[in-house]
Amino acid sequence: MTQQAEPAVTIPPASGPKETDGRTAQRSLALRLLARPEVGVFLGAVAVFVFFLIAAPAVRSGSSMATVLYQSSTIGIMALPVALLMIGGEFDLSSGVAVITSALTASMLSYQLTMNVWMGVIVALVVSLAIGAFNGWMMVRTGLPSFLVTLGTFLILQGVNLAVTKLITNNVATDDISTMDGFDQAKKVFASSFDVGGVQVKITIVWWLVFAAIATWVLLRTKYGNWIFAVGGNQDSARAVGVPVTFTKITLFMLVGFGAWFIGMHQLFSFNTVQSGEGVGQELIYIAAAVIGGCLLTGGYGSAIGPVFGAFMFGMVQQGIVYAGWNPDWFKAFLGVMLLGATLINLWVRRTATRR
Amino acid sequence: MDRTLHPRSRRIAPLVAMAAASALLVAGCSSSSGGKKSEESGDSASAGKANTPRMTVALVTHQSPGDTFWDIVRKGAEAAAAKDNIKLVYSADPNAGSQANLVQNAIDQKVDGIAITLAKPDALKDVVSKAKAAGIPVVGLNSGVSDWKKLGLLQFFGQDETVAGEGLGNKLNSLGAKNAVCVIQEQGNIGLTQRCDGVKKTFSGKVENLYVNGTDMPSVKSTITAKLKQNSSIDHVITLGAPIALTATQSVSDAGSKAKVATFDLNKDLTGAISKGTVEFAVDQQPYLQGYLAVDSLWLYKTNGNYSGGGEQPILTGPAFVDKSNVDAVAKFAAKGTR
Repeated sequence: MTQQAEPAVTIPPASGPKETDGRTAQRSLALRLLARPEVGVFLGAVAVFVFFLIAAPAVRSGSSMATVLYQSSTIGIMALPVALLMIGGEFDLSSGVAVITSALTASMLSYQLTMNVWMGVIVALVVSLAIGAFNGWMMVRTGLPSFLVTLGTFLILQGVNLAVTKLITNNVATDDISTMDGFDQAKKVFASSFDVGGVQVKITIVWWLVFAAIATWVLLRTKYGNWIFAVGGNQDSARAVGVPVTFTKITLFMLVGFGAWFIGMHQLFSFNTVQSGEGVGQELIYIAAAVIGGCLLTGGYGSAIGPVFGAFMFGMVQQGIVYAGWNPDWFKAFLGVMLLGATLINLWVRRTATRR
Repeated sequence: MDRTLHPRSRRIAPLVAMAAASALLVAGCSSSSGGKKSEESGDSASAGKANTPRMTVALVTHQSPGDTFWDIVRKGAEAAAAKDNIKLVYSADPNAGSQANLVQNAIDQKVDGIAITLAKPDALKDVVSKAKAAGIPVVGLNSGVSDWKKLGLLQFFGQDETVAGEGLGNKLNSLGAKNAVCVIQEQGNIGLTQRCDGVKKTFSGKVENLYVNGTDMPSVKSTITAKLKQNSSIDHVITLGAPIALTATQSVSDAGSKAKVATFDLNKDLTGAISKGTVEFAVDQQPYLQGYLAVDSLWLYKTNGNYSGGGEQPILTGPAFVDKSNVDAVAKFAAKGTR
């Protein structure tokens, strides 16, 4: 094993008739499994989960688990497109406030024009996709790093959220739309819950898993998935072999816009009103969930299932500290230590797995 | 490049179609209930206008962007400014150093008076003495009830947060509460911590603090839910802001808990929750009054040499309790976003 010279790039076995020609398939099943991006975070998530099962007896009930999963899902739904974008080599700092932009748009449009709330929901989707498209277009056109472009959008949206809300409603929060037509229907889609064996399960958990399944399929089984890996790995050689780089990048940003819209709608329909100053700082949590989930900040590597565990870990730590009844003064510090620890486990697993 | 641009131009067509379709739908898709149409047009609280010479007053607060509470303070200040023939210059920054810079900015503009909040008094000490050296009167509002005199401010309008907390603690005692949790939505904010400390001082039952991330409502909701499940003996959830209180009511029902929700501060949706009974009561510090009095007092000082509170005592704007018995009287003002 130690004699091999070539790094273990995950290329399917060469076309030779013999599968065991000394270059591939030498590594054990366990090691090959460990080399997958989501395995490290999976082990980290299991560790955190077991830790809190022992430390916080209150976690052991089904309803507590539903709360943890709900918290995870509101992070996880956004972490998915954020992860895909990261695999594609870019990231989006505006995703946190974009959520609020979407919710504000839907709320104010339906309220001010006294329309069925579904109208607001649809227009908000268009707005969110447009913000994503703008980010992508701006980045591709100018060649500026996505950090700069989306930092600009982040600040613009933050200001627009505040100023436009104040201008239109004369308040900094939107009006209650819960009595309007279509609200109950929309609430069913975005913010309802259902009963499983006496436990109230939030519908966002279902959406989260559905989106994760779709994202995994797209990433591993479609041409578009290959393009994502290609543009994230090496943009120039991807373009040279005919991958539509511009199209891929812009649609990835639009996908983040879709996620922002979905979570924005969830917030609107579960809380009835939106405060225009919310959402700041959330973008870092989405990015953290994706990175903990095994996506590299440099792009070209990662999975869609990894961020699912990353978001779960976030939700588990955040709620677990409360379930354990620890001194709340230490809350943020606990969170940081647990996350750093989990990320280190993740890193160690990946190193062990890829070392030969 | 060429082939990558084509799919984009083709995608514009459906977008245009969608926009057109939604424009068409606007007409047929109006809501029969709620919305702007049902909002009553209340009369505003503007009085006549003073004929004193035009002056400029700066209001510099530590507001973080998009906070409903500060919006009400600002509206009060604007109402007083309109009445007193004052040009109001509003600026805010939660970062204490930046707030000091904004005060310096007001001094540079040679304003006729400055109203400031003292969330972090030490950071503002120097700039306040600079203002005094420049002959500009400075008044305090909202935060800094224990520091305004030390810094040499003319007068102060606000609520003693500890006193307000003590009031809430007493109220809980009279309601027979045993076990409460105090939800802090911004870690490290002195005023918020003082409120919970005040509750702790007078409340005869048990109270513990819980930190939540105030910028992420789903997280606030699930954290409070988790706390209620971890400790099922909690019978009161105390929140320190109106939007947090409304979210806490959802956590209570999610957790299947019997806990009641009580809160500091008020807004339009919260008055509705109080009349429905989902929120038990609110401690109101009347932010509109704080903004209004701070600006109006500068006008009185400039035009008539008056000191509110004699320059010795703070003018307390709270705590005032709003519960089911008096919510109706408050609700119509809250609906306009001024109470």
